[in-house]
Amino acid sequence: MKTSLRWSLFFFLTPVLLWLFLLIVLPHIDLLIMSFRMDTDDGKTIWTLSNYLNFFHEPIYWLTFVRTAVYSIIVTLLTLVITFPLAFYITKVVGLRFQGFFMTIILMPFWVSELVRVYGWMILLRESGVINHFLLKFGLLRHPVEMLYHDSTMIMGLVYTSMLFMVVPLISVLESLDDGLIEAAYDLGANMWHILFKIIIPHAVPGIVSGCIVVFMLTLGNYLTPNLMGGKNSLWFTEQIYNEFIASFNWNQGAAFGFLLLVLSSLVIWAGLKMSGQKLSQVVQ
Amino acid sequence: MQIALSVQNVIKKFGDFTAVDNVSFEVPDGGFFSILGPSGCGKTTLLRMISGFIEPSAGRIEIRGRDMAGLSPNKRPVNLIFQNLALFPMMSVAENVAFGLQRRREKKEVIEQKVAEILARVGLPGFGEKKIHQLSGGQKQRVAIARCLVLEPAVLLLDEPLGALDLKLREQMKVELKKLQAQVGTTFVYITHDQSEALVMSDKVAVMNSGRFEQIDTPPNLYNNPKTPFVARFVGDNNTWSGRIIACTQEGPGEIVAEIETAEGERFRVRSTDRFAPGAGVDLFLRPESMLIEPDADIADLNRFQVVVKSILFDGANSRLLANPLTADTELLIALPQNRQYDYIQPGDKIAIGWHAQAGICFPKV
Amino acid sequence: MNKKILLILLVLATFTVVSVASAAQPLRLLTWKGYAHKELIDKFTKQTGIEVRVTYTNNEEMIAKLRATRGAGFDLAQPSQDRISSVQKKYHIYQPMDYSKIKTGEFIASMLAAVKKNTLVDGKSYAVPFCWGTSGLVVNKKMAPDAKDYTDLLNKKYAGRISYRLKRPTLIALAFALGDNPFAKYSDAAAYKALMEKVGAAMIKAKPLVKNYWTNGDALLQSMRSGEVWVAMAWDGGGWKLHKENPDIDFVAPKSGALGWIDTFALPAKSKNVAGAYKWINFVMQPENAAIFTNLEKYATASKGAIDKVDPAVKANFKRCFPKTAVDNIKWYPPVPARLEAIEGKILDKVKAAR
Repeated sequence: MKTSLRWSLFFFLTPVLLWLFLLIVLPHIDLLIMSFRMDTDDGKTIWTLSNYLNFFHEPIYWLTFVRTAVYSIIVTLLTLVITFPLAFYITKVVGLRFQGFFMTIILMPFWVSELVRVYGWMILLRESGVINHFLLKFGLLRHPVEMLYHDSTMIMGLVYTSMLFMVVPLISVLESLDDGLIEAAYDLGANMWHILFKIIIPHAVPGIVSGCIVVFMLTLGNYLTPNLMGGKNSLWFTEQIYNEFIASFNWNQGAAFGFLLLVLSSLVIWAGLKMSGQKLSQVVQ
Repeated sequence: MQIALSVQNVIKKFGDFTAVDNVSFEVPDGGFFSILGPSGCGKTTLLRMISGFIEPSAGRIEIRGRDMAGLSPNKRPVNLIFQNLALFPMMSVAENVAFGLQRRREKKEVIEQKVAEILARVGLPGFGEKKIHQLSGGQKQRVAIARCLVLEPAVLLLDEPLGALDLKLREQMKVELKKLQAQVGTTFVYITHDQSEALVMSDKVAVMNSGRFEQIDTPPNLYNNPKTPFVARFVGDNNTWSGRIIACTQEGPGEIVAEIETAEGERFRVRSTDRFAPGAGVDLFLRPESMLIEPDADIADLNRFQVVVKSILFDGANSRLLANPLTADTELLIALPQNRQYDYIQPGDKIAIGWHAQAGICFPKV
Repeated sequence: MNKKILLILLVLATFTVVSVASAAQPLRLLTWKGYAHKELIDKFTKQTGIEVRVTYTNNEEMIAKLRATRGAGFDLAQPSQDRISSVQKKYHIYQPMDYSKIKTGEFIASMLAAVKKNTLVDGKSYAVPFCWGTSGLVVNKKMAPDAKDYTDLLNKKYAGRISYRLKRPTLIALAFALGDNPFAKYSDAAAYKALMEKVGAAMIKAKPLVKNYWTNGDALLQSMRSGEVWVAMAWDGGGWKLHKENPDIDFVAPKSGALGWIDTFALPAKSKNVAGAYKWINFVMQPENAAIFTNLEKYATASKGAIDKVDPAVKANFKRCFPKTAVDNIKWYPPVPARLEAIEGKILDKVKAAR
């Protein structure tokens, strides 16, 4: 009995472990080694820390990272503020019958790829785009305005891309909130804000934190949206990594940046978990 | 005595459906008022109108003489104990109890003192730091009550709060709740579908059916003098016979005795709610414990008839005989006192039954 | 019932076998957008039975892809001639060309010789030329009649109407426009770095004037068409495509010299279909096929006989834009030595990050 159990465990776990090891762990080990290597001027390859030190010595690198992280945090918070009422509305206000309908509406944009979505935005917002066309037609504008290539446009695009990943954990956590708790608080003299901050948000913290982690990581790791919608001002850290690998042929530097991104974003999330008093194991559930 | 809660001609309609139909009642300060009715009778809707979660379609609700129209739940001097208690799981016991006080922006020391006092009062001294999930069912019950009582509401509304407890605990909590209410003197309005809860605890009970109050009365009156067939059927157990009036006689003020013939041909004298014309169809209600088994022959004024015992339903103090009258297969429940006197009775035995005319009651047939 | 299922399975199995058989040796081509037109592919497949699978990319990604797999995954690549030798020396991602398998008579001899020389590593050459063209300015002459040189990419007059790529050709072009010769400094990393920093500073200063840094050729053409961009640095073929639609827009060979490039055919080290690759090269270089390409993309090829089969309008493009002096002034990319890319990359990052 015991052996057969062990065998079945082994049987089911092996593909997962193999997948993890071959496709995730091995390449990362390779990258990690690469990040500590450097080609010298005379063509030799040596062990060095300089790829990592470069990040701290060269302001452009760490400033780009700080910028990316700060914008990712802004995007995460904005996404939260926008989707929270939406999730609340879907779970608590709309009847059960319409919940599926609303979820479908939210999911719909994600049936197409991110690239197509971003190009859709670009068609809408560009100087010769749809919105400008109508504004001009109705006489609201005299000259077309370039709405693309601003930070705000980029943030909007990132928020749009992230919404789904925030709304799903929020809906699942709010669904588990007993309506009676809200009513009880109301009955005990609480107003709307008290209910929100004392009952709903404390209850929703695990969902909020897990949504925030996902959105933060996805935004930090996004490449397309900042690049296409942010335009000329939007050096995102992922683009920096791409540039090191592709344009500069400096895989060692790119690998080091990749690991710095991993470590620094983990640090940001760790700080976020500390601040919200949550444990990763609770949040991941 | 001051009136704590006055409900006047309240109606609530949901579309075509009338959930609460012209209900009026008053509860004096310090009273324990129960609303008893089957599920779906509209009692929860009525309670939610009093607490402010629903606005009545018509009628007036006053609390201590103040009209409550348009006041939201957080502005009303009433508190509601929810069916599932709705304790805040993210807070400790003390935080739960302090929640309402904090909303009133009371001073921290005052809050701490009040919370400690009320927890001691409900029998949970020193439980403040516990988490909700560490409490037993009965303890949660008490926290929920403390959370409301600490606010000293004019009226405390309770929505079947004992429903989730197991039988033993429920019996115990009934007594405790009654004791607590007497101690704190707060007005309780309690809704339940469990007649025993209503009868044990209340000063007055309203029996509700399909949105209407059938009868508002003290528990003994409700049991002994039901005003409608529904009350007779719903409160306590009752045997029902259908029969016809032979004659009605007035035997004193408000006391009418009817002579009826049941469908199976027995003739009984029974208290009546009205002077019916001879030949009118009636329903006769007779409680199991009103029937005496093998009564002495010298007791006068008994309705007597014979039954065949079908089976014995042993349930301790609540044991019954299931029997048929000789001429029909109507099933009757007859109380079987467990005083060893009737141990000889076996299924199939033919026994004599007697009952007093005042113990039964008849209503016009519906 | 069971028979039916069996039948379906059989049919499916047959299809699988057939499709596997026909797809036994597809030609996996790693190339630029527009370099393998459907028309040519269909014709090729019909003639040889070889299926062609195309992946579009650019020089940098081409190198990165082949480097990541050490030259596997593709059967034929089309890097620019200046980006082969140093990459080959370091990463060994190509295999030497066997020129005996190629109908060298079809090629313009001087161009073939130049490419052979520029891709020579350890006594072996690694590429044959396919097509050539120049980078210069594409200008909306109605809106910007005076745009003549790369410096107009930094000109306040065209603020908000300028677009170029954040790639090395832009750095090279602006270096020429600033009066320097970057090619001459290829061998001196320090001097090259100083020059690039000067170019980068100029680009950062003029950054507010730029509409966007384009990354996708089609998107740039769209911006020029809609009038959002007046002055862009781009390839001549793109400019000529637009000229056909709108005569106001045309390619301009800049005063400091258009940058001449030659895109080639090179064999990845682990190509699985070398025979198919040679077949494709010989097929594409046949004059009528090369002419089909030129007529569609406007770029001239290294096919000797193609010029006679090209549309007169396409031929006219070159005559109009490249008078004798402009032709002489074309700056042909010499092979890029290793490690220059890192210098350029950092400058480009700085430009992109600048406010």
